[in-house]
Amino acid sequence: MSLDHLQEIPVGPYKHLVSERAIHGETMILNMGPQHPSTHGVLRLVLELDGEVVINCIPEIGYLHTGIEKNMEAKTYLKAEVMTDRLDYMNNMGNNLAYVMAVEKLVGLDVPPRAQALRVILTELQRIASHLVWLGTTALDLAAMSVFLYCFREREIILDIFEMVSGQRMMVTYFRPGGVWRDVPVEFESAVRDFIKLLPKRLDEYEALLTRNPLWLDRTVGIGKLEAATALQYGVTGPTLRASGVDWDLRKARPYTGYENYEFDVPVETKGDTYARYLVRVRELRESLKIVEQALNKLPMGPVRSDDRKFVPPPRSELGTSMEALIHHFKLWTEGFPAPKNSIYSAVESPRGELGVYLEGDGGPKPYRVHWRTPSFDNLSVLPKIVKGHLVADLVAILASIDIVLGDIDR
Amino acid sequence: MDTKLEQIVKVLQEKAGATCEEFRDEVHVFIPAGQIVDVLTFLCDEHQFSLLSAMTAVDYLPQDATQPRFHVIYQLTSLVQNLSIQLRVPVRGDQFKVPTATSVFESANWREREISDMFGIEFEGHPDPRRILLPDDWEGHPLRKDYPLGYEEPQFTFNFEEIDVRKPYVKE
Repeated sequence: MSLDHLQEIPVGPYKHLVSERAIHGETMILNMGPQHPSTHGVLRLVLELDGEVVINCIPEIGYLHTGIEKNMEAKTYLKAEVMTDRLDYMNNMGNNLAYVMAVEKLVGLDVPPRAQALRVILTELQRIASHLVWLGTTALDLAAMSVFLYCFREREIILDIFEMVSGQRMMVTYFRPGGVWRDVPVEFESAVRDFIKLLPKRLDEYEALLTRNPLWLDRTVGIGKLEAATALQYGVTGPTLRASGVDWDLRKARPYTGYENYEFDVPVETKGDTYARYLVRVRELRESLKIVEQALNKLPMGPVRSDDRKFVPPPRSELGTSMEALIHHFKLWTEGFPAPKNSIYSAVESPRGELGVYLEGDGGPKPYRVHWRTPSFDNLSVLPKIVKGHLVADLVAILASIDIVLGDIDR
Repeated sequence: MDTKLEQIVKVLQEKAGATCEEFRDEVHVFIPAGQIVDVLTFLCDEHQFSLLSAMTAVDYLPQDATQPRFHVIYQLTSLVQNLSIQLRVPVRGDQFKVPTATSVFESANWREREISDMFGIEFEGHPDPRRILLPDDWEGHPLRKDYPLGYEEPQFTFNFEEIDVRKPYVKE
């Protein structure tokens, strides 16, 4: 067999990041990605290998850079929201929530209780969907094909619920500054109840397939250990940080959108390896179900949008009878609403960690600067540190276990 | 403002010549560029601000040359005390330089690469000053306010060649 298609890549640009041995040609520099099924998107890893052992790993990102931060500066606050869905495409509701909360904080807008409860239900369903995709793809990377199919089957139900409330399966843009787009349909409650009744049994089935499976344990226990201090140094947050023994969840530490009203635990593991990260996420799935159930039981009646007409458009029924409503409607859909000349930072707990929005207004209807502090970006930066000395096959497991989404990294 | 935070801000005002602003319960502390590494070390070591939550920059593009063009922003979180503080470093002059914070926070490494990629601010002493999101041969810094938003002409079959000759790779 000819090996001509195997080409080493030049050391030149990575001279300061690889070992001496690579410069003398004793170790091999190899490209992994950007077209590689187990890099979860268009991530390119430049690996220095000694045989099959990873000596150094250099992530090269930016293949999915779409300039969302720049684009948002050119749109009104409301129109810019559609771009947030496209950031972390596994967490569309969560991105919406982070953004609308930032806008509400900047302009000082209140949200009615029903909208808050709906936001909690849908973001937690989104967290479940995201963790299911993570579980399925990680299992697939470690050669457990069936889990992947099962997880996507359950995720489908959540996407159907999203379609029911927003008309879209993924790019929902359902939360709006001051509330949500419109109230949920009547069949929403029974659909969610069916799902929360179904999922615990299904989770037991997945756990039966994986949690004590010797093959799964061989591939995950003790692989890619991450110490708590290192994790904080690198800005790692979310389940990856909690698997290293740091009890930090923004939903508990700084409750927003009414999370303080619900009882749930924050799963924490201490080992910090790939298996611990798996355990944390699987337990989080069950905690999210608890939150959804409580929120659904307590779901208050009432309006789903703030009645502050300077920021929220009036209902269509008022347009025919009220001159004021017509003016507000026209102003909001053409010019948009102004925000004060100041800046805020607002963060939520996404399925991957702290999703923060830095939002600065300049007194006009468009954001002056939007910065997304995305959890995957920082979680990936710790990868070179924790893969050293592991096999290439374990690199795949570690990369999968930190749960990156490239849309979230490259923005 | 939280009483603990108030004490910290007081120390920063005395030691580093900082000024402080408050908006919607958030504390923004302005620090001179030369002091930033000392301030970050002080907050990290003595006040358990162990997480650099976010780091970014804003381009103000002032008409008046004496005003700072950029602010580099450090959002710090203390997990133990559940506190947040925002440090802002005004960047003046025609050479935009800030000392690197990588000696205090490893997470500053990639963030500073992103800021120099997008804004053209140089972080002095950075261990790995390559571009991070954009290709190495990219010209300009897109998040600067004087960089146009721009667009790419869509190529169809009828105008494929006409647009193809204008693509950057043709120049080579």
